[in-house]
Amino acid sequence: MTMIETTYRDALRLALTETMRADENVIIMGEEVGRYGGAYGVTKGLIEEFGEDRVIDTPISEPAIIGSAVGAAMAGLRPVAELMYVDFIGMTMDQLANQAAKIRYMFGGQIGVPMVLRTQGGTGRSAGAQHSQSLEAYVMHTPGLRLAMPSTVEDAYHLLRQALMQPDPVVFIEHKGLYTMKGTLDTDAEPAAWGKARVMREGADLVIVSYSRQIHHALAAADTLASEDGIQAAVIDLRTLNPLDFDTIRPLVEQAGRAMVVSEGVMTSGVAAELAARITEECFDFLEDPVVRVAGEDIPISVSPLLEQNSVPTPELITEAVRMMLK
Amino acid sequence: MMNALNEAAVKNSNLADLYYQMRRVRTFEERVGELFVRGQSAGSMLHLSIGEESAAVGVCANMRDGDTFTTHHRGHGIFLARGADPARMMAEIAGKEAGYCHGKGGSMHIADMGLGHLGANAIVGGGIPAVVGAGLAARNRKTGGVSLAFFGDGATGQGILYESMNMAALWKLPVMFVCINNQYGMGTRIDQATANPRLHERAEAFGLAARTVDGLAVEDVADAAAELIAGARAGQPGFLVIDCYRFYGHARKDKSPYRDDIEEAEGRKKDPVLSARNKLISSGMMDESTLDRVDAEIATEMDATIDFSIAEKEPQLNSMFRDVYAPGEPEPEPVRARLERILARE
Ligand SMILES: Cc1ncc(C[n+]2csc(CCOP(=O)(O)OP(=O)(O)O)c2C)c(N)n1
Ligand SMILES: [Mg+2]
Repeated sequence: MTMIETTYRDALRLALTETMRADENVIIMGEEVGRYGGAYGVTKGLIEEFGEDRVIDTPISEPAIIGSAVGAAMAGLRPVAELMYVDFIGMTMDQLANQAAKIRYMFGGQIGVPMVLRTQGGTGRSAGAQHSQSLEAYVMHTPGLRLAMPSTVEDAYHLLRQALMQPDPVVFIEHKGLYTMKGTLDTDAEPAAWGKARVMREGADLVIVSYSRQIHHALAAADTLASEDGIQAAVIDLRTLNPLDFDTIRPLVEQAGRAMVVSEGVMTSGVAAELAARITEECFDFLEDPVVRVAGEDIPISVSPLLEQNSVPTPELITEAVRMMLK
Repeated sequence: MMNALNEAAVKNSNLADLYYQMRRVRTFEERVGELFVRGQSAGSMLHLSIGEESAAVGVCANMRDGDTFTTHHRGHGIFLARGADPARMMAEIAGKEAGYCHGKGGSMHIADMGLGHLGANAIVGGGIPAVVGAGLAARNRKTGGVSLAFFGDGATGQGILYESMNMAALWKLPVMFVCINNQYGMGTRIDQATANPRLHERAEAFGLAARTVDGLAVEDVADAAAELIAGARAGQPGFLVIDCYRFYGHARKDKSPYRDDIEEAEGRKKDPVLSARNKLISSGMMDESTLDRVDAEIATEMDATIDFSIAEKEPQLNSMFRDVYAPGEPEPEPVRARLERILARE
């Protein structure tokens, strides 16, 4: 057992380092990933160990970064293309959604695109409307793309390692508010399987389904509800949104009879909408209340810290929503 | 404003005025840095244009009322040189209601339609195609205006620049592209981002009138801009590269570990503000004590922007639902209100 105290950021770097040591076909490409060490420091030091042929600083050319990763993946490399902010995904959407996602299918299964698009999103830095979004729904809406969003130090490591073993393109979205989060990592532990959700907290009164940073808000709300209201909320971390593990969700919701979905991305047509629809369809006979979405407001993110903080679910809002539901 | 300058009866001196504008930009940017250090800015993504003042001032000196422009994320100086109120700018950078965009935009999204500022942008290259459209509008509506896109060398990596140049040239639009080449895009030096750093050659290939000018002398920038803007007004779109040096880190938290001290010291010698000041003195146009008074007046003006922005209030919480759509349209329903509505029960 190798237990280490580390951070989300360092755990990501460890996953990249170990994978690159084991497989020389793994390369990293993106803006500022080499000499600068990554805008959020994830790739710091990797260019020194692996050299400029494998850790490649690119011009500011997002469509070509993602598009060349697609070609590299088809030609035998396993690229990790870094998109500095998920907000730039729109610029790359053709390469991602029309190329990467469809190549296996259009070409009759001849070839896959085993690449990872690493990026980060979310609020918390007063970075404004074009640097604070949660755009996972764009990805989840595209058949052919896998989608992973780690919430813990353990998952930062294990999910990234697993993403680098997938036969199909994976979009891997980190949260900018989690990079400095500390945690214990056991690199030898058998990780939860790729595509499996994790029950972070048991609870018989309702089930909160979430992912990424909102897991921590949901857990904080669950603690408050337990101590102040005697309400026991289960919290499920989806970990990957595609594959989506409904088998973990179903029995807990059937037992509790109530479910809430929490996401930082905007409410309308978002991940929470998809999950609420599925829970409603699949668990209808067991539900005592409508499945409730607590999600980002249907607005852009302001630079004002006050407006920013209140544009996405807070632990207080989740707590209140549960109280409204169970009153 | 400009009391000391008027007193010295040098208001007809173009260089004195250009110096005055550049000093205001420099001092404003220094105060932005101070706002951050005092923990009063909205975040740390503040990109200072120190070292690039001649680009903003030299180009804007040739713009007229009715002209429009977009900027990149390092656009404070350009907006100021176009006549912005520095107090409202600082309030925006602090995320306050009194700011140009009521605290929604911030440093990277400041805009003022009244001054033709169609918006600063946090997407590298994001503001470039808008000037093609604005040029089209100026042509069809016969306003006589030109539209200018200000962007950094890093934006030359973006395909949209080339699409925009091609359209502007094809349709002979009153459009001008202004590339502020401060040698870096974050930690990447220009020669690490392109095999051909002679950027104006790309514009020539598309049929634009293109030039590169050294940003050290603001009059040179102003002259080059005058010529290209006049051409653009007449339907020959232009492209101006201004060579300069980014004196400090990319944003407030970047200490530039990727470049060495010798290079920085060398780069900072290319100081357009100091250069103009020295020239005013050596040519006898102004003496040092007058310039000191000019600088002191500007310092007082800019100090006040910090006090103003700190004293101003935060935006109202419910203002966050405003301006998603046009006035009069229903605002998005807040999550909390929606929950109360659907979960309301006896
Ligand atoms: C599309 C896009 N890609 C990447 C970024 C991240 N980023 C912000 S500024 C910057 C460097 C821009 O360099 P340049 O255009 O030369 O402008 P400068 O910062 O030097 O003024 C980068 C990579 C971004 N904001 N938008
Ligand atoms: Mg630059």
